[in-house]
Amino acid sequence: MTRDTRRRLTSGLLFVSPWVIGALVFSLYPIGMAVYYSFTDYDVLRKPVWVGSMNYREMVVDGVFWRALWNTMVYSLFAVPMSLGLSLVVAVLLNRPILGRSVFRTCYYIPAIVPLVAVGMIWIWLFNGDLGLINHALTLVGIEGPQWTGDPAWTKPMLIMSSVWQIGGSMVLFLAGLQDVPRSLYESADIDGAGPFNQFWHITVPVVSPVLYFNLIMGIIAGVQEFVKPFVMMPDGGPDRSALFYAVYIYQNAFQYSNMGYACAMAVVLFLIILGLTWAANRLVSRHVYYAGE
Amino acid sequence: MLTIGALVFLMPLAWMFVTAVKPAEQTMTMPPQWIPVSWDVAESGQTVFVHVDQQSYDAAVSAGDDSVEVNFAYQWVVDRGGDAVPVLVSDKVLNSTHKINAHWRSIAHDDRPVRILEPIEGIADEDLVRVYIYESEVMGFPHKVMRKDLVLHYDQTQRATQRSYSFAREIEVGMETLEKRYIAWDDRKRLAHTETEARFVSLESLRSSADVRWGNFGQAVEEMGQFPRYLSNTLILCVLTVGGTVFSSAVVAYGFSRIDWPGRDKIFVIVLATMMIPFPVTMVPLYGLFRELGWIGTLKPLWVPAFFASAFNVFLLRQFFRTIPKELSEAARIDGCNEWRIFWQIILPLAKPALTVVALFQFLATWNDYLGPLIYLTDQSDFTLALGLQFFQSQHGGTQWHLLMAASCLIVMPVLILFFMAQRTFVEGVSMSGLKG
Repeated sequence: MTRDTRRRLTSGLLFVSPWVIGALVFSLYPIGMAVYYSFTDYDVLRKPVWVGSMNYREMVVDGVFWRALWNTMVYSLFAVPMSLGLSLVVAVLLNRPILGRSVFRTCYYIPAIVPLVAVGMIWIWLFNGDLGLINHALTLVGIEGPQWTGDPAWTKPMLIMSSVWQIGGSMVLFLAGLQDVPRSLYESADIDGAGPFNQFWHITVPVVSPVLYFNLIMGIIAGVQEFVKPFVMMPDGGPDRSALFYAVYIYQNAFQYSNMGYACAMAVVLFLIILGLTWAANRLVSRHVYYAGE
Repeated sequence: MLTIGALVFLMPLAWMFVTAVKPAEQTMTMPPQWIPVSWDVAESGQTVFVHVDQQSYDAAVSAGDDSVEVNFAYQWVVDRGGDAVPVLVSDKVLNSTHKINAHWRSIAHDDRPVRILEPIEGIADEDLVRVYIYESEVMGFPHKVMRKDLVLHYDQTQRATQRSYSFAREIEVGMETLEKRYIAWDDRKRLAHTETEARFVSLESLRSSADVRWGNFGQAVEEMGQFPRYLSNTLILCVLTVGGTVFSSAVVAYGFSRIDWPGRDKIFVIVLATMMIPFPVTMVPLYGLFRELGWIGTLKPLWVPAFFASAFNVFLLRQFFRTIPKELSEAARIDGCNEWRIFWQIILPLAKPALTVVALFQFLATWNDYLGPLIYLTDQSDFTLALGLQFFQSQHGGTQWHLLMAASCLIVMPVLILFFMAQRTFVEGVSMSGLKG
């Protein structure tokens, strides 16, 4: 190693040292400890007691755990594709030269920056069974709206619908991605007589597929961790635990039942689920992702 | 179609705002009203705000009736030295004794409320009276004041009955001195000794006017209890986390982009990987760690980590630093600048747009954060706005929708104002965080 290389190594390491320390203390150490705690009985106040795989075995027979997992999966399965699809469609529509385009962009983007606690408050008011605006709108078209927060069958659809409101972030990403679509492609498609739907499916979607893929992964990661909105709207998990989310159940175990070991075991499983889903999405989608540069 | 969509997207925020400026009554109407209105009638020469059920009003109008049932609120008042003081009329029998809310105040002590500890009937003006003087509504300390410095006050509000220095006096008044005074319908819960009655009023004497209650915001602030504390805690956290993350992330991003050292790009992959770690996984061990440090119940767990760079911001700034030509650094190196000076005097000033983006998004993240404060903060006086709002909801939720929405507005508005001020930075920032580059 030359003197210059060594000099660059030391100064480089010095510059990245805040991150190294931060990653060790606030990421890697906690992950290691989470894995360790997941094999113990731990309540923060006393030293953890090694119990082997007991927490994991308990999880298998814990009906509430499966309930929370099911709720979270159902939510993600609907909310993530719906949000993605809608934000792509809105982005495509907003990419055309139309009057007041920037005003529209603002309208669609704004909900994404509203604090989640306030989002929860707003939706619980909109979905109020007796006084809510949504049930009123439903009565106008002759439907009697359900008690959204009181009926186990309707809590998840409520949360899924409200999640579609915050598509602003992915929409802006799609808009950025759409700038990469060469005009000439659409022009030649026009000459070949391809309709708008075909153009969307065969030109737009392939070109924005890297963004689509990025948004999908981020959506999955965020979806299975969903905490604030369900917790604010239904702190106890809703009727019949129909809105008890995985992350909420981890929180309950850790900070309400002082069952930190079990919470860590659930967290480890969550991590594995995220890794698995990301890997699956990668396998499934990457074959169809088109990178312009390659 | 886009227009309809945009309207649907704005509708929740609009509804939040409309609810926030409504009188409490009108949050409870079905069908919901978009424009808050108040109804008034002329009653013995004065305008009285009354309550009218929108549905029965509409029904009366469509049926061609000439009158509708209207709810009035009123008090019985007696005259005490020029003041109209509300009284509680016992048993609704108008000629018996009546209860009146009163408390003593001391002129000699800045008009502070006092509680008399010994009988004061028949004592001279210069005599001393033992009293409790109240600093606030509940904290009192013993003192002696002269009789002539004590004045009796009559309380108008309902809260007076809860104050520890207030008392109710039984007085006897003649039937003819009792006066029925109509009050605004919305005041009936605030004022003392209010009664309601319903009777039919002709449609033409009933008027409605738009009624925007800006006062709801003030009331929400008051009811949230420690709103100023919430706000200052949130702002302190915002300043510390924004400063911390901008500075530390820039330093680290410099190390990952402008200096070529062996193993750099391999380690950067780890930086990207840490972005995948879900917070629930590190939540419990971090709590344990901060507990060992004695940081639980303080703001420290929420801002100290910001000084150790965040993977996402490092990624973002690294992308930007890479677009700055290498020749700049090389020329500076030849001139004998060390790395720190190159970073501080050349790269950092050039990176202002990217640093603004990082600062903006960190501000939002801190302002909006809920889970962190929920876990680490224990004392109500340490709460942030987000946590304070949820705390307020858990206490008053389900009934006082107008106040809950007013409180929500107070949290949302600063974010929206910031957005309109820095709209371009927002959009650039989101695009920068994408896959490009």
